[in-house]
Amino acid sequence: MDIERVAKLARLKLTDAEKDRFSKQMGTIIEYIEKLNELDTKNVEPTAHVLGLNNVFRDDVATQPLTDHEPINDSPAHSKGHYEVPKIL
Amino acid sequence: MHRTTITQARELLHSKKLSSVQLTEAVFARIDAVEDKVQAFAHLMREKAIEQAKAADARIAKGEDLPLLGVPIALKDLICTQGSRTTCASKILDQFVAPYNATVVNRLQAAGAVIVGKTNMDEFAMGSSNENSSQHPTMNPWALDRVPGGSSGGSAAAVASHECIAALGSDTGGSIRQPAAFCGVTGLKPTYGRVSRFGLVAFASSLDQIGPITKSVADAATLLNVIGGKDKQDSTSANVPLPDFTKSLSQDVKGMKLGIPKEYFTGGMQPEVEKAVQESIRILESLGMQTVEVSLPHLDYAVAAYYIIACAEASTNLSRYDGVKYGYRSAKSDNLVNMYENTREEGFGEEVKRRIILGTFVLSSGYYDAYYLKGQKVRTLIKQDFENALEKCDVIASPVTPYPAFKLGEKMDDPLQMYLADIYTISANLAGIPAMSIPCGFVGTEDLPVGLQLMGKHFDEANLIAVGHKFQQATDFHTKQAPI
Repeated sequence: MDIERVAKLARLKLTDAEKDRFSKQMGTIIEYIEKLNELDTKNVEPTAHVLGLNNVFRDDVATQPLTDHEPINDSPAHSKGHYEVPKIL
Repeated sequence: MHRTTITQARELLHSKKLSSVQLTEAVFARIDAVEDKVQAFAHLMREKAIEQAKAADARIAKGEDLPLLGVPIALKDLICTQGSRTTCASKILDQFVAPYNATVVNRLQAAGAVIVGKTNMDEFAMGSSNENSSQHPTMNPWALDRVPGGSSGGSAAAVASHECIAALGSDTGGSIRQPAAFCGVTGLKPTYGRVSRFGLVAFASSLDQIGPITKSVADAATLLNVIGGKDKQDSTSANVPLPDFTKSLSQDVKGMKLGIPKEYFTGGMQPEVEKAVQESIRILESLGMQTVEVSLPHLDYAVAAYYIIACAEASTNLSRYDGVKYGYRSAKSDNLVNMYENTREEGFGEEVKRRIILGTFVLSSGYYDAYYLKGQKVRTLIKQDFENALEKCDVIASPVTPYPAFKLGEKMDDPLQMYLADIYTISANLAGIPAMSIPCGFVGTEDLPVGLQLMGKHFDEANLIAVGHKFQQATDFHTKQAPI
């Protein structure tokens, strides 16, 4: 596994020690999960939902919000009703 | 009086021999006495609990009767509680206060329960020992140098040490049943979709299920009655009838078929554990059950399929923790991507990062078909195994774990070995079927508890409860007290 590529995709800034450790552990784990290749699954459908539940619809009716809580107040940085983040470009 | 079950507490409360305030104060006195050693809780809700107990007493005085009126209950700290913290035992949610209650919390409160606090767990429910909590480990009340299991280890330890009358946990691959087995208590993972997950912090959405951890099967039936049933806030909750599970407590088990999966008894567990499980099967036979051999041929592939699917889902579910909308944000960032990366690096613990990496990898371009899709196909085979086996029997009996509670630190260096110990529990999550762990013996010089697992057809918790309750009427494993 290219640990740096995967860490980048996952937005994790790993330390060098973590990269070393996780690389070794992933090697062992992936070797183990490749055990699945012993099974012929050519004609097997993948399970997306164990009960076969399909789309669940409800009527499009507006209801009251659950609480009067303002979610933006949970943000670690916000002002004037907007989320604050470091510069993007 | 903190040692009572829900059933006993209800009798005492409604016969006015005990008030809910007295019972709740007794529970907090017990917490004050043992919590230093057990560390089962992430945080307590002492003042609110006493208020709820007072309100319950007023209702009892008026003659009201609700299933949990005045009974102190603890919640795993990934079940959202409005106005008090829900941390998932993670630094990234350390100060998070949910804006609403989980549906199960609303249902507990509607049934009159007193919520005593939130229990410790493995971070984001990832782990089998509670050692992955960002706060502190939890100890096993039967042997304080041993783990309580995980990820609902705090809930199981709190019930076993009588720091609450009952608790809720969550189970993605065994996280209710394995700690229940390690702590000598009863744990029920209901059918996928039986209990609403609205307000449950998501780990692996195709596997997660909330369930009770209790001192008896009868108590599990009472709790499942309260928390089960369709919820319009959770579109994955199943629209099926919710029977009165306490009726199963008087159901006879004579003539019922007990399936024994041959692949589960091939020497993979400690001999003493196997002996306890085999003896329990003999007890069920003596109660009139008829054993039949069944086969679950893909057992050996369950751990591999599970860790692909669970980690893939975890990596997507946990992408929401980015330091923007809520939770922790790293202070040392000069641009947005950097902020995401630093926040997640500092906010997540080791096991969570490991699973995010594995999950991201199996979903990444070029590997999706080889790993994720393959895992989903093997899941189909495992599900079919159970459908075939459960055509031949009513309930399947198996071990819960290959060995009893291990020592703190003993297995932290080898994640794969820790994953492999989930072999007996994870199939039930992959198949979506209900499964229960009940105490079935004690092993070793320290008398550590061992669990028996009962698994059933989709939405057939009733038969698990019937069999489990008959077993508990015939045995006293579940009434043995942890030495704390």
